[in-house]
Amino acid sequence: MVGEGILKGMAETARNFFGSYVGKDRLTTVQYPEQRDPRIENARSFPFLVYDGVDWHDGMRCVACQICEKECPPKCIFIEKSKDKKPDANGRPQFYPMTFNIDISICMSCQICAEVCPFDAIKMDVDYSLSTDDRFGGLLLDKQRLSKSNEYYNAIHPTEAAEVDARLAAERARQEAKAKAAAESRFAAITPAQPGIGGQR
Amino acid sequence: MIHLVQLVQQLDQIFVIAKHWLLNYVPVAAQPLVSAVLSVVPILIAFPLLFAITTLLERKGLGRMQNRYGPNRVGLWGILQPIADGVKSLTKEDIVPITADHAVHFLAPVLLLAASFMGYAVLPIGRNMVMVDLNAGVLFFFAVGSLMELAVFMAGWSSRSKYSLLGAMRAIAQMISYEVPLVLASIVVIMQAGSLSTVAIVNIQAAYTGIWPHWFVFTPWGFAGFVLLMVAATAESNRSPFDLPEGESEIIAGYYTEYSGFKFALFFMGEYIGMFATCGMAITMFLGGWSAPFSFLTWIPSYLWFFAKLLTLIAVFIWVRGTLPRLRMDQLMNLAWEFMLPMTLLNLLTAGVWHFMPAGSLRLFICSTMVVVPCILLSRGLKHKKKFQVRTYHFSE
Repeated sequence: MVGEGILKGMAETARNFFGSYVGKDRLTTVQYPEQRDPRIENARSFPFLVYDGVDWHDGMRCVACQICEKECPPKCIFIEKSKDKKPDANGRPQFYPMTFNIDISICMSCQICAEVCPFDAIKMDVDYSLSTDDRFGGLLLDKQRLSKSNEYYNAIHPTEAAEVDARLAAERARQEAKAKAAAESRFAAITPAQPGIGGQR
Repeated sequence: MIHLVQLVQQLDQIFVIAKHWLLNYVPVAAQPLVSAVLSVVPILIAFPLLFAITTLLERKGLGRMQNRYGPNRVGLWGILQPIADGVKSLTKEDIVPITADHAVHFLAPVLLLAASFMGYAVLPIGRNMVMVDLNAGVLFFFAVGSLMELAVFMAGWSSRSKYSLLGAMRAIAQMISYEVPLVLASIVVIMQAGSLSTVAIVNIQAAYTGIWPHWFVFTPWGFAGFVLLMVAATAESNRSPFDLPEGESEIIAGYYTEYSGFKFALFFMGEYIGMFATCGMAITMFLGGWSAPFSFLTWIPSYLWFFAKLLTLIAVFIWVRGTLPRLRMDQLMNLAWEFMLPMTLLNLLTAGVWHFMPAGSLRLFICSTMVVVPCILLSRGLKHKKKFQVRTYHFSE
């Protein structure tokens, strides 16, 4: 019949129109500022710096090796290495970034920085509420604004963070065992002729 | 009872009475001018207001058809959205291309709006509520309506942009093609009414048999004419599914690509005002203008009936826009020249047969057959003519 398709289509839109007032499950819109969807684990927006412990400056994992700065395709990372060293989360003295800026107006969220980082110090955030009324300063994130705790990292990427934490813990244990062994051997070297101690072991 | 009848009549004529009352306070020499102003200003207020309401209804309605909320932020349920849109378009930068013809570029939206408003001069909005009762009102209406094509082409040509020009050429091709069925579809009414005056056309339809009105849409030729006229009106006002001239997926915004800020808003408004005018003409010619749909409802003021019918037609336009995808250029032209034009010509014949046959069920049957059978045969024939084949591109290979 002529125009049957048009009438079918019109019936469909009419059903949508009235149905959207009756059944709320038809409306999939999330009313954004008031309602938010749960965070998606596999999402990524912009990089952030992970710190261990409670203080963002003392616990910062970044050792200013500048690999991410060199690898960054749009060159949005700017790092100045420190002259002195400070103890990192494991207590070992390390360099740290004097300045660590990421211009997120340039960043293309490619995740290369996070992939090349040998210290698991830079990871991808999932936060998308980044609008600001200052298009220069508001989008240039310094190291304080970039620093987020390991707990936050665990909250946004649980699977990935658990794997990273396990790897770091294993590494730390290995380091400790190595240090202990080194200390032992040094101790053994200093006092070789004391079988009593060895026997106690 | 007599008081009630008088009250109803006064309510119906309240605007006419108010105008005469105001005119009494004006010196006789100034009366023609003031009378004109008093007739024009309400139209210049009412229809842009209707435009504002329509944009909101359209956005809300389309949203619901697509299972969205539509605007719901500005004011309660988003009812202040048109004001926000207006403020936005007023505060936007007005950009004119450096190579554009500035004068023509500026005049195009003005002319479009002026042309679309001029059609209201002959529209009877209520009983005794028409600006001028021209004895060639319908002719005037279509003549003024074709001015819009000029404005569209001025916009496309003066912008000096390929998208604008392509959009304007599409618009001209489309509007001229559909002007033919638009006018031919309305000729049946003129044949039946024997007058080109819009007031006379409405007066003929405002009579009743029992409770039923004498609207032309209730006759076979009237129904066919009404549907054909509405399809042509959709194409004339560049609305979906005939919105090729502004097809945003291919040519950005068509002939108003280079317009921004308030000039764009003027174009937008001119298009809607023109659509209301064409709808008003369809109402006047087929849906009985300001007359009530049943004889026992005549106590409701006539202008309310006009606006109720107008809003119904607008709702149908929105509904169609929410349903149908955009046509391709060849489909558009085929529809105009291969389907609409023969149907309107056949409809003329049907109206003639209707006029000369004695009233009765035989006349109804014959005339209905004369409309339905060609419609089915024509669409079947056009469908069979299509063959599926590998498409060849002449210029890109």
